[in-house]
Amino acid sequence: MHYFSGNEAAAEGAIAAGCRFYAGYPITPSSELMERMAARLREVRGVFIQMEDEIASISAVLGASWAGAKAMTATSGPGFSLMQEAFGYAAFTETPCVVVDVQRAGPCTGQATRVGSGDIMQVHWGSHGDYQVIALSPWSVQEMYDFTLRAFNLSERYRVPTFVMAEEATGHLRETISIDEEVEVWDRKKETGGAPFGTKEADGVPPMPAFGEGERLAVTGSTHDPYGFRKTDDPKAHAILVERINEKILRQRREIIETESHFIDEAELVVIAYGFTARSSLYVVKQLRKEGLRVGFLRLKTLWPFPVEAVREATERAKKVFIPEMNRGQVAGEVEKYCRSEVVSFGQTNGEVIGPETIQEALRRMI
Amino acid sequence: MVRALEKYIRPGVKSTPFCPGCGHGILMGLILRAVDESEMDMKKMLFVSGIGCAAWIPSPHYDGDTLHTLHGRALAFATGAKLFNPDLCVMVVSGDGDLSSIGGNHLIHAARRNLDIKVICANNMIYGMTGGQVASTTPKGARTATTGEGNPYRPFDLSRLVEAAGATYVAKYSVTQPVALIRSIKKALQHVGFSFIEVLSPCPTQYGRRNRIDRPEDMIRDLLQRCILEEEAKGLTEEERAERIITGEFVA
Repeated sequence: MHYFSGNEAAAEGAIAAGCRFYAGYPITPSSELMERMAARLREVRGVFIQMEDEIASISAVLGASWAGAKAMTATSGPGFSLMQEAFGYAAFTETPCVVVDVQRAGPCTGQATRVGSGDIMQVHWGSHGDYQVIALSPWSVQEMYDFTLRAFNLSERYRVPTFVMAEEATGHLRETISIDEEVEVWDRKKETGGAPFGTKEADGVPPMPAFGEGERLAVTGSTHDPYGFRKTDDPKAHAILVERINEKILRQRREIIETESHFIDEAELVVIAYGFTARSSLYVVKQLRKEGLRVGFLRLKTLWPFPVEAVREATERAKKVFIPEMNRGQVAGEVEKYCRSEVVSFGQTNGEVIGPETIQEALRRMI
Repeated sequence: MVRALEKYIRPGVKSTPFCPGCGHGILMGLILRAVDESEMDMKKMLFVSGIGCAAWIPSPHYDGDTLHTLHGRALAFATGAKLFNPDLCVMVVSGDGDLSSIGGNHLIHAARRNLDIKVICANNMIYGMTGGQVASTTPKGARTATTGEGNPYRPFDLSRLVEAAGATYVAKYSVTQPVALIRSIKKALQHVGFSFIEVLSPCPTQYGRRNRIDRPEDMIRDLLQRCILEEEAKGLTEEERAERIITGEFVA
């Protein structure tokens, strides 16, 4: 057993996944993650650099990724906003990278040391154009470790930027966690002479060699053909590329998405929660169940691609769906797209976690 | 470009994308001459560029690894690649707006770190690709699409900027000084540390036509007359000096 903060655990998960490059810029409440990576990467002979800003940090991560590294950065609020353009670059050039976003209370500088969950829409829609990302939502220090490790595997497997959407509360929480000696680790597939930006394989994920391997790669954030040649005015090339980078994630969403449910059968009221808020939500649902109330619970461990099927299934027979979150209904709006029951959004944006008593009070009013 | 250099051009590349009279095509060839004379292994060369006309000098035309990045971020991407794989010879080729305006912060920090990255900054003193807007390198008084009455601000002296920031090889030449420029690029290829070569490259399409230097040959002639070496500038008065462009190696 190990006793870690969430930020430290995420760093350990990254090292276990094979992360050997970190570039970052200090920002509360994520800085401890960077400090631990600085120390740990020295031990494992990886590369750490503190860059001049967050844009430089994510850019260096993407450069290192093409040089063959499993690379990551971590940030929060304003830093996450600054990185958005590069996330679009990572999605469009299919560059694996992991970003831990330790969410704080926004908008703007907001309350730097307080908790929020306001980046759920931004992580998917923050850069221009249509693209997909993978975003995971940990609720414990154990999951800060597990999900960061999994984020690397997913990012390498699908060549897509992958996000651990932590919250200040999980970043600074201290808990004991268990770490397996043997973990499953994915590495990006390589192929000599293959097309790095096109494939006929069903998974839609092309091979990715590294710089310096003699492949003479041409990488560009402009629209490109399977070999990386710029196609700045070819409608077909653009349509094919945009469709593939979206569909390779959406078509394989069943392998990516993880959810957890309790007491869904016969539940008239279903609580859907994620991240730290799911802890108090499940606690309350269990309490109400003991009283014989027909309440169910669905936890979204994956936020993007959105767990459409799991939401539909869990809410099929429910009269009402209750969604507590530390923003003004970002996931509630998404759930509304896919469920026919009445959706009650409970958004709290005061920089504090949503406690069990608050959730219980709101639920009792609904029953 | 001579046939002997074609082996450095990526198969499938058919033509350069530059306007008639643009200096970037000359620079494209001069870099390859330096690469050739230095007997560089293209398999170990990574060319990184940002956004703009000059970013298309290496990408995708050079037959090494090319990384065409975001506007202003070439040096930050290059930093990541070089740090993770120090065996790569990393050369950044990009424009003045890309490297010194939107990417200005990365430029001074990359120079400060003195990482082994070779930067060729193609300076045409204007935003060419977007239609000729004023740049941080446009001379005071020059007309552009956004300074119809003349640029009210003074330009960056890029060489002195990166020198002050910590670059350990700094030179400035024009594409009209090909022999000295090739020699300088070869020096940068051998130098271990942050190298910065500012290359003046004429843009008749966006700069010349707005500033009464209408024809490409007029722009070339203008550079031939004005670019002098530091030693040649010694006896000149302040006024005469202001008319000239001092070129040469400033840090070597």
